[in-house]
Amino acid sequence: MANVDYDAIIIGGGLVGTAVAYGLARRGKKPVVLDEGDIAYRASRGNFGLVWVQSKGFGVPEYQRWTRRSSADWAAFSAELQKETGIYSGHERSGGVTICLSDDELERRATRMAQLQREAGDFGFEYEMLDHAALKKLITAIGPDVVGASHTKYDGHANPLYTLRALHAALLKHGGTYVPHARVEAIQAARNHFTITVGDVTYEAPRLVLGAGLGNNALGKLVGLNVPVQPSRGQIIVTERVAPVLPMPTLMIRQTVEGTLMIGESREEAGFDDTTSPEILHTLAERAAKTFPFLRHTCIVRTWAALRVMAPDGLPIYEQSAQYPGAFVCTCHSGVTLAAAHALHYAGYVIDGAIPPELARFSTKRFDHVQAVTSQH
Amino acid sequence: MFKPLPHSTDASVPVVVNGAAVSVPAGSTAAAAMLLGGAGHTRSSALSGEPRAPYCMMGACFECLMEIDGEANQQGCMVIVREGMRIDRQMGKREVRE
Repeated sequence: MANVDYDAIIIGGGLVGTAVAYGLARRGKKPVVLDEGDIAYRASRGNFGLVWVQSKGFGVPEYQRWTRRSSADWAAFSAELQKETGIYSGHERSGGVTICLSDDELERRATRMAQLQREAGDFGFEYEMLDHAALKKLITAIGPDVVGASHTKYDGHANPLYTLRALHAALLKHGGTYVPHARVEAIQAARNHFTITVGDVTYEAPRLVLGAGLGNNALGKLVGLNVPVQPSRGQIIVTERVAPVLPMPTLMIRQTVEGTLMIGESREEAGFDDTTSPEILHTLAERAAKTFPFLRHTCIVRTWAALRVMAPDGLPIYEQSAQYPGAFVCTCHSGVTLAAAHALHYAGYVIDGAIPPELARFSTKRFDHVQAVTSQH
Repeated sequence: MFKPLPHSTDASVPVVVNGAAVSVPAGSTAAAAMLLGGAGHTRSSALSGEPRAPYCMMGACFECLMEIDGEANQQGCMVIVREGMRIDRQMGKREVRE
């Protein structure tokens, strides 16, 4: 029985857990990441790869700010990872568009964007509504069915797999520890003292971070944290590699550095079923081909589905346990977009032992009534 | 470098590999025809431009991408030759078309 002391135990080796762990390591702390293994749902492996701002935070300006902060930090974050590891995350802050295929869609979009700007207050929110002709100047590949789009400079994209690989490499380089096949079944919790045994090894640390995606629901209960995340299925179509044709991502379609086109944006409640369905793929393909007619002559090489980690209100969950201070949860459905914020900022909150007031909106307190309702049954 | 196995069928199919006339056993794939035609590399990588050639010959690795009858990015190992088929190297990324 080996006993190893760390500064923090992070449960979850995906984009969220590894970003926080790397953030701790780059501040000179000694984190250990316990990763369940490939039987986990692995949202980070199925991610679409947008670093996306323009759909985030209607009615919740705190979310808009937090997302914008991460988006602004991404360039430096990506450069740092590349410098540390030689791995390019594929990040580009190219700007992005949400494409509308009818006047009605465009009008609703314009209303939404005006709302974001109004709610942004003195933080500001710059955007443009583009008609067909204006959009055609940005992206020549659009088809005649495209009516217009919203555009912001804040949006971009990255390769989730290279980002994850770079985070893992950077974590190890800074003295962090990664333990695969380490499913956590039990946590011995006390104030600022957490003990977890996996196999023959016992890990001890004054901090614990739950970054285990859909696993956070059950893990939270072990340390007095209410984390009601549920799966939300997304399906993705991937095409052959073609010459550069999209200078920036749309909410639904992006072209990778390698030339592949990815088509996504579906959202379903399908429990833990992470398989694809022909109906959804058909709808995705139809809309994509209306948007960019060249796709009708582009081969699909694979499709997949993955499960987003979704809170009831779609917002991230950031909380420290009141029962066991030192235990934090960090979970969201935008593991790529928020990776920079998690590494550069959230890790600091874990060390400080306090989540700052500007993130109070993401506390689990907002679920207190949900808990009360559930417990009546 | 490559030659048909001794038990290959006697029937042969004339195809055009990189502009040169080649006869290959009936039932061959376009990727096999490329190799029998002595093509060497059969594509260049869409990313690095490195020369590449068929590898798995069973539809998994996508190393055998080639132009078949003018259609780019085809998996040569999954296409059976027919008379007069034009098989060409795939150089880099294909262009999209409307």
